[in-house]
Amino acid sequence: MIRLVLAAALLFGSAAAGAAEVPEFHLAIQDHAFQPAELKVPAGVKVKLVVANRDAAPEEFESTEFNREKIVLPNSSTSVYVGPLKPGSYRFFGDFHPDTAQGRLIAE
Amino acid sequence: MPGVALLVFREVLEAALIISIVCAATRGVRGRGFYVAAGIALGLLGAIVVALGAGAIAELASGSGQELFNAGVLLAAVVMIGWHVVWMSRHARELARHMGAVGQAVKAGSSSLTLLLAVIALAVLREGSEVVLFLYSMAMGGIGAAGLIGGIALGVGCGVLLGFALYFGLLRIPLRHFFSATNAMLVLLAAGLASGAARFLLQANRLPALGEQLWDTSWLLSNGSLAGKTLGVLVGYDASPAGIQLAFYAVTLLVLLGGMRWAARPAAPARTEAASTRGVAPARP
Repeated sequence: MIRLVLAAALLFGSAAAGAAEVPEFHLAIQDHAFQPAELKVPAGVKVKLVVANRDAAPEEFESTEFNREKIVLPNSSTSVYVGPLKPGSYRFFGDFHPDTAQGRLIAE
Repeated sequence: MPGVALLVFREVLEAALIISIVCAATRGVRGRGFYVAAGIALGLLGAIVVALGAGAIAELASGSGQELFNAGVLLAAVVMIGWHVVWMSRHARELARHMGAVGQAVKAGSSSLTLLLAVIALAVLREGSEVVLFLYSMAMGGIGAAGLIGGIALGVGCGVLLGFALYFGLLRIPLRHFFSATNAMLVLLAAGLASGAARFLLQANRLPALGEQLWDTSWLLSNGSLAGKTLGVLVGYDASPAGIQLAFYAVTLLVLLGGMRWAARPAAPARTEAASTRGVAPARP
């Protein structure tokens, strides 16, 4: 058990140290829609999604397929770490405006 | 209005399921109604405060404030539930002597009622703050008052209805097994909440994934579906979990079950180990 904890601590450290090298990808929310609606990211590596909300209303960036959810306040941006994902297409949406705020992350 | 009702329903449902389990676990305790109502009221108050402070929270920890806050709330609930079930186990022996006397069983429960009040408050706070921000967003979009109020009423109504359905379903469990059943449900609930906390920490890149998407059962039951969401709350179901979520889930299960067994030993000392759910290896008895 102690060994497990040590291993976990080491991994925690390495994950924090590796944070700077994560590639960034940008998404914007405007008029309750994503721009771009389809975003390509590399498969097999962790990526940082920077979601900018240009609307005056808060939005929740969410994906049940790559398992993320985060509130994006009006006229501000936030970041969400995703993956490493297997190659494929993953739906994401704005939970507050799902009628228009729909998008896909293409991992390849 | 349907959009409002749907989102409100989903958030209310999550809180309602947790409240139902807590209500069942405190069946018959005197003053329980007051505690539950107080928990909900505190949670609603907290939800408004959190929603108002969303900007400040978002800025914290170089943009990871929201994740750390959510993970903190979830882990706090895990600790409180853990404390309660271990405490219940410690008193199971004396309760057994009064088998059938519900009053006795729940007298024991009342001591940790405050903890469960906090669990309710935290659940309402977490889901409620999202609803508040959503409603604000809707109001800005120019939805009419009728649509807003109608949507809220419909969403809250349906969510509460399902919560009651679970509660009355649980009440049908024979008394002899009742508190074992509610304890088991609390343990699974706690494990699921811990897994959720791990997911938030992973989203903020504060923990290693230990393997992303270990498997994918979304073809069978997706996280977005009603059943998937319900099971997500009740037992921590996740269609494609990361390794770290499993680790948090398993450690919580082991610590709580171990703690319950340890506490149930004859002449057990009055200590609990419920605090060790933060990814620390369980001290097995």
